[in-house]
Amino acid sequence: MVHRKWIFALFLFLSVPCALADTVETTQKAVTQNNPELEKRVMDLSSHLRCLVCQNQTIADSNAELAIDLRNQVREKMQQGQSDQEILDYMVKRYGEFVLFNPLVKSTTWLLWFGPLLLLILGLGILIFNLRKRRKLMQHAPVLSAEEHTRAASLLSGNDEAHS
Amino acid sequence: MNRFLIPLGIFIVLVVFLWVGLSLNPREIPSPLINKTAPAFELPQLHEPNKTIRPEDLHGKVWLLNIWASWCVTCREEHPLLVELAQKNIVPIYGLNYKDQREEGLALLRESGDPYILSAYDHDGKVGIDWGVYGVPETFVIDKSGLIRHKFIGALTPELIQNKLIPLVKELNGA
Repeated sequence: MVHRKWIFALFLFLSVPCALADTVETTQKAVTQNNPELEKRVMDLSSHLRCLVCQNQTIADSNAELAIDLRNQVREKMQQGQSDQEILDYMVKRYGEFVLFNPLVKSTTWLLWFGPLLLLILGLGILIFNLRKRRKLMQHAPVLSAEEHTRAASLLSGNDEAHS
Repeated sequence: MNRFLIPLGIFIVLVVFLWVGLSLNPREIPSPLINKTAPAFELPQLHEPNKTIRPEDLHGKVWLLNIWASWCVTCREEHPLLVELAQKNIVPIYGLNYKDQREEGLALLRESGDPYILSAYDHDGKVGIDWGVYGVPETFVIDKSGLIRHKFIGALTPELIQNKLIPLVKELNGA
């Protein structure tokens, strides 16, 4: 009986966050049901904007207060009929290019964008160089005579008669 | 010889990169608003809701805009420094009370002193967004022609005020 009580308590405890999550979801649903198309556009664009408080998240993923405010700002601008690009420009003007989740491709970010490709090419180059070198070494490896072959075989099998 | 030199070289390069990289503060994002005109706004004052405050009205003087809130712990740490700076009469400090409750903001000023000539009341944080605010406290230095010349992100420290803020204000005042 005691066990059952504890399990019940545990369930209650675990269900608290779920209940809280529910309320968040319902308020968000209320917004979404108003205009699902607009909301989709808001979320799409928000996923291109960095949340400056929790920098590895986009403002679409984050529930930080600033992220919510910025989403509202995005929604408002869309309702005013602004294009996605206009809204991105608006954000960049205030928060800098860092606010774009995908960095722009320009001369200062070339290394960032193409660096991994460069490393891959470098790695492939080293690999090919080493494979070639190895093949050359193999070609110049001394060829064993039949006698040496049998000796090697007996050495490998562990009964080296010549020395025992 | 090469066997040791190459790994050593790679190691040194790595150390230099980490040394520089880890000493950077990722929270400090350079503001694109530096040397741009301060974004305009017209907000109710914190003390007197029926009066407004506009940056244009401050044209012709060097001033500070300090973004603060009663819920922001770092702002409370910074607060005594602002009070002290205000007493020195070096530069007028204006406040932007960011996403706060009016009563709580006023209570903080009553308890710990009011360093601000005036505080604007930005309840929904819209003006904050316009100014690119993402972490309070932030302090902007605005020059006589209304350009933002510097932004301090996070709390001011006695060193920052002494070595950076005051010299900058003096320079902008042409003294």
